[in-house]
Amino acid sequence: MPITSVLIAGVGGQGVVLASELLALAAIAAGHDAKQGEFHGVAQRGGAVFSHVRFGDRVYSPTTPRGEVDFLVALEKLEALRYAHFVRPGRAILVNSHEVEPIRTADERPYPKDAIRFLETKGFDVKAIKATEIAVTLGNHRAANTVMLGALAEHLDIPDQVWEKTLQQRIPEELLELNRKAFGEGRQLGQ
Amino acid sequence: MKKLMSGNEAIARGAWETGVLFAAGYPGTPSTEVLEVLSTYEEVDAHWSTNEKVAFDECMGAALGGVRSMVTMKHVGLNVAADPFMVFPYAGTNAGFLALVADDPGMYSSQNEQDSRYFAKIAKVPLLEPSDAKEALGLVKTAFELSEEFESPVMFRTTTRLSHTRGVVEIGKRTEAPRKQFSRKVSQYAIPVYARFRRPELEAKLDRLREFAESFAGNVLEEGNGKIGVVSHGIPYQYVKEAVPDATVFKLGMIYPLPKRRLQEFCSRFEKVYVVEESEGFIEQEMASFGILNVIGKERFTNIGELSVDLVAQGLNGTSAPSDFATETTILPRPPVLCAGCSHRGVLSKLHDLGVLVTGDIGCYTLGCLPPYQAMHTTFCMGASIGNATGFNKAGEDKVVGLIGDSTFLHSGLPSLISAVYNQIPTTTILLDNGTTGMTGHQQHPGTGSTLKHRPAPAVDYESLIRSVGVEHVEVVDPWDLEATEAAIKSGLDHPGPAVVIARRACRLLPEEKAKEKVPFQVDDGVCIQCEDCMQTGCPALVWEGDTPEIREWECAGCAMCAHLCPVDAICQVEASVDAHH
Repeated sequence: MPITSVLIAGVGGQGVVLASELLALAAIAAGHDAKQGEFHGVAQRGGAVFSHVRFGDRVYSPTTPRGEVDFLVALEKLEALRYAHFVRPGRAILVNSHEVEPIRTADERPYPKDAIRFLETKGFDVKAIKATEIAVTLGNHRAANTVMLGALAEHLDIPDQVWEKTLQQRIPEELLELNRKAFGEGRQLGQ
Repeated sequence: MKKLMSGNEAIARGAWETGVLFAAGYPGTPSTEVLEVLSTYEEVDAHWSTNEKVAFDECMGAALGGVRSMVTMKHVGLNVAADPFMVFPYAGTNAGFLALVADDPGMYSSQNEQDSRYFAKIAKVPLLEPSDAKEALGLVKTAFELSEEFESPVMFRTTTRLSHTRGVVEIGKRTEAPRKQFSRKVSQYAIPVYARFRRPELEAKLDRLREFAESFAGNVLEEGNGKIGVVSHGIPYQYVKEAVPDATVFKLGMIYPLPKRRLQEFCSRFEKVYVVEESEGFIEQEMASFGILNVIGKERFTNIGELSVDLVAQGLNGTSAPSDFATETTILPRPPVLCAGCSHRGVLSKLHDLGVLVTGDIGCYTLGCLPPYQAMHTTFCMGASIGNATGFNKAGEDKVVGLIGDSTFLHSGLPSLISAVYNQIPTTTILLDNGTTGMTGHQQHPGTGSTLKHRPAPAVDYESLIRSVGVEHVEVVDPWDLEATEAAIKSGLDHPGPAVVIARRACRLLPEEKAKEKVPFQVDDGVCIQCEDCMQTGCPALVWEGDTPEIREWECAGCAMCAHLCPVDAICQVEASVDAHH
């Protein structure tokens, strides 16, 4: 199987790393080689975080070259813009239609309101998903990452039972049901 | 059994499997998790030390005493530990000793981009470097065997990408390494007295290591189509395999000393050989010293930042990767910020208001040099703040503040404070005591009352400690109390001798702090005049929604920094505001 390359991006505290780890665990459980590596800055919160996940027969580089990512999963709209150039022309960008304004003292320009339309004009297959809204409805805004993972799962060839086992393995008992639901909602919206 | 592990976890696992009994270190990204993971193994006695030199000395003692030991640090930590690192090889070790050093190409969380491989050459110790997590586990075991076979400390280098990338790792069982007897041979272990006698022996050992490198199984020749020849190692090797899958690659697992004859033989097969390495041209320079000159290295592969598949392909084929869309749309930067309720915010805001010169240090509070506060004017390395403040005073600045965190103060701030007292320098040191090593992710330290293994420990009493070295003016404040904080800084600056202000409040992200009940603030839209003063806190809980600020209730810590800035009292605590308006 050729390498599948996923890039997951978001803001510190949104669960980029956990979503990436779940994907890598599921890929391994499905019999693939996999590598996953995140990039984050010095402080704990508020900065941009992104993570590469790659799986297939044999993965060498932990990071995907620019223009070769198969799926970009953005937990925030601005972060979709930031990493879109990594995506293979015409491939999928799954974006949580949620905005987190960066700190205003850093750059006075207004938040770009046309992010999704811009990415569409660039020829990407953009799917906007109200992941944070869904997560809030389910009872915890932090589950937005699992909603997005569910949406991604719809595009991947990893069996349902592998995902279920992976969630069980990695998510604490008290949050498992919430994440199951979030994952399921995401799957329905992924196509 | 297969497991998904980061490079750091795999290194820790390898150390455990090979019978390590003692490990010490000081937190530093990207090395921190190695010791944290090691500490979770019952058999391993692991602890945080006050700094890397202390950790090194402790591990050196343990290895001489006969048990396999490992010291962990980030690249700049090796600078701190360089003293023992350079002398230990003269004696050589008894049981296996490994210095884990994590470099940070790209400077994701570091102040410089030093290539620590040069240290191995200066110290004349073998240097090993893996290319992924799977290899790391096995190579750590090899490193301990090598250390005992040659009675030499071994340096094990990783980089951020290797340390923080998870991959599939084959794990095994632990093999105990029995304690070795220490023989009290003063002529071997009292180096300053016998250094001249040990010096030639060190060279002889290095010659044996050079010979060993020629047959070392971790230096691997991977045949390709024979057209392109590449010498690489570590993470760059992975980029090479993806960028030029057909290349013939000589992959090095031992970076110092290099296998001279094998490299000469390899390079004689090609007209030109590409040397692909991150940071400096260390391997390239070594190869040049062997007379291998048909090499293309740093002229094509930058020594700045991380390499990537893109950069390797660019160096080999001249191809270029797509750039981002910043010229076509607004891609706002998203710099890291001080957390909501951060205990540093009060001090930084007051330093900003007072406008004094501030020499800074290494920690989350280093963000204080950026907007909104821009209250810190220098930051270099661990513990530099207090000494730098002394220097500025000598240069004629009469109001200087040295700003330093609790863990950093214990790491290397204290000797500078003692010097300031000894020489009666009238600077003010602000000790930001948030009860943890915040920036690296909440590690324990000697002031926290707890150890790496979560056992209770005596906590440093800063007030007594600081008074005992001769500081007469010591004041403790809560940095959420802005008036008291301002008064304390002013009175410190007015004091004719060295003064210390301890700003004490626990880091908001500590689990026990998170668990505390908090009363969030909210903005009364009817009162708000949209002046944006509150936004000057740079607090991530405050967002601008439409025309007014809004406080995300779930993120607000109730510190009131924004409320203090509001000229019309539009920001008040949720309950209080309910009482007032309904």
